[in-house]
Amino acid sequence: MALLDLPLKNKQKKEAPPAEDALTGTPGTRFSRHLILCLVGLVMLYPLLWLLSSSFKPSNDIFRQLGLWPENWDFSNYAQGWTALNQPFHVYLVNSLIVVVFSIVGNIFSCALAAYAFARMEFTGRKLFFALMLGTLMLPGHVLLVPQYIIFSQLGWLDTYLPLIVPNFMATNAFFIFLMVQFMKALPQELDDAAQIDGCGPFRTFLRVIMPLCVPAMATTAIFTFISTWNEFFGPLLYIQNQDLYTVPLALRAFMDSEGQSMWGPMFAMSVVSIAPIIGFFIAGQKYLINGIATTGLK
Amino acid sequence: MSVLTKQAPGAAATLAAPGGKPGRGRPKRKNQRSGYLFLLPWFLGMLFTIIPFFASLYLAFTDYNLFTEPNFVGLANFQVMFEDPRLLQSLKVTFIYTFVSVPISLAVALLIAIVLNRGLQGLAIYRSVYYLPSLLGGSVAIVMLWRYIFGNDGIVNSALGLLGIQGPAWVTDPEFALSTLIVLNVWTFGSPMVIFLAGLRQVPAMYYEAASIDGASRWRQFRSITLPLISPIIFFNLIMQLIGSFQTFTQGYVMSGGTGGPADSTLFYNLYLYQKGFTEFEMGYASAMAWLLLMIIAIFTAINFIASKFWVFYDN
Repeated sequence: MALLDLPLKNKQKKEAPPAEDALTGTPGTRFSRHLILCLVGLVMLYPLLWLLSSSFKPSNDIFRQLGLWPENWDFSNYAQGWTALNQPFHVYLVNSLIVVVFSIVGNIFSCALAAYAFARMEFTGRKLFFALMLGTLMLPGHVLLVPQYIIFSQLGWLDTYLPLIVPNFMATNAFFIFLMVQFMKALPQELDDAAQIDGCGPFRTFLRVIMPLCVPAMATTAIFTFISTWNEFFGPLLYIQNQDLYTVPLALRAFMDSEGQSMWGPMFAMSVVSIAPIIGFFIAGQKYLINGIATTGLK
Repeated sequence: MSVLTKQAPGAAATLAAPGGKPGRGRPKRKNQRSGYLFLLPWFLGMLFTIIPFFASLYLAFTDYNLFTEPNFVGLANFQVMFEDPRLLQSLKVTFIYTFVSVPISLAVALLIAIVLNRGLQGLAIYRSVYYLPSLLGGSVAIVMLWRYIFGNDGIVNSALGLLGIQGPAWVTDPEFALSTLIVLNVWTFGSPMVIFLAGLRQVPAMYYEAASIDGASRWRQFRSITLPLISPIIFFNLIMQLIGSFQTFTQGYVMSGGTGGPADSTLFYNLYLYQKGFTEFEMGYASAMAWLLLMIIAIFTAINFIASKFWVFYDN
């Protein structure tokens, strides 16, 4: 458990000024540092920029031009890619969105409930359950895979989104519980006491007092759930066979299988469409993301 | 312990007097029933974890194809495993991938975090740029992109061509296919980097001031101050990265179109497990594989914990 406590020393603390302010060096060394950092950053972003620019190039140009700025702009890649599969691409976007929205709602509510019990209530077995919860953090999901698949298939849930959504309503994501426990522990206990004196039961205290104060932790949970669910490939691959129900990652892979070699332009265009929401959420929710991984080590 | 109890209609509400619990300053609601009520979804989730956990342990000792009853075969699955060349290959692929890419990405992450921590302007921008790829590294779009970047006439080979080097067929040559995925994993060094940054900010500046007054060189300061103080963070990142990369699936699947090819060179352990369990429906064998992976991860984690006694420094 020491392992998990470690990166948390900085929880909810304002970021301290950089530790080595005194050692920032001469303008020359500063410049060279910036230069190196910019170069590394450019190398890292280059594949993404290349993807974006290729989505606007005619397929024939993509591998002939190394440059990022398209010589011949071609917007038809998007129109072509949109309709290249069984269903127009927005069907897959909506499918993904359905799974994502339910997963977010499920994670926030079930994890917040569990976190409240762990962080602010006293009951027999609390420490044992908490240790058990932390234990599941490191459990590789594939150990549970075969029996869970059997359960879902016997429930008749294959080819539905239920196997992808329902586990999120059962607080199976220990990372988020852990994140919220850390957050709730930092809230003053007087809040609960005051609410109780005013006649709030535990559930009302949770809903009216604690939840509103936990918005940052919930935002972190929502963003991480969004990104991991949007990217999720294995679950849909396992449970969704019907092409009309494909989520975005499955649709992209089908794209590669069917058109693959000849339609680079449209494929890259749909790749851009598929990662744009992640980049959007990243830009909007950066603060929560960075704080979130600094507190839990979540990827 | 003075506890003031007030019966509310319906639910029992208990108020612990401030300072009522010795030692821990924070009194909590003592309320059995609602505690369990709040944990109800989690209990269901635990059932949904614990039952499959033991069920898969049982299935590991059976021959099971999903359509007929499981047939108990003792240790046969495990015996077959050690003579299964594809299984051994998948272990080899996963080990190479893990033990090459995890140290490299942690070293890069630490290096960049240290440079970023020197009070440069624009820290937030750099941090975001470096972090972004780690959100995308597991997405199908990026793995597909990687296939084309490293393709025969992709940008990597074009760039090498400008330098007069004839690049190999990265994706289709068994010798090079895995290395493209190692590069992809290193590309996602941003998430350990952010954790390192948070750790580096905890190191008190006065240590460095004192050391530089004593004439300690930069390297000496790094070795004697930075490394020991952030060793717990290194340890944490190491464990999490190891566990994560042992379980790689999407990268191998998308890169090879689900086969693990060319010549099984990207046959990750979990990809082979998927093939066995869900295309060949050898569910007993797949369960046994899952348990072998669990044991491997447990052993590596245990080794790390034991080794950490010698190199991880705990302040308190």
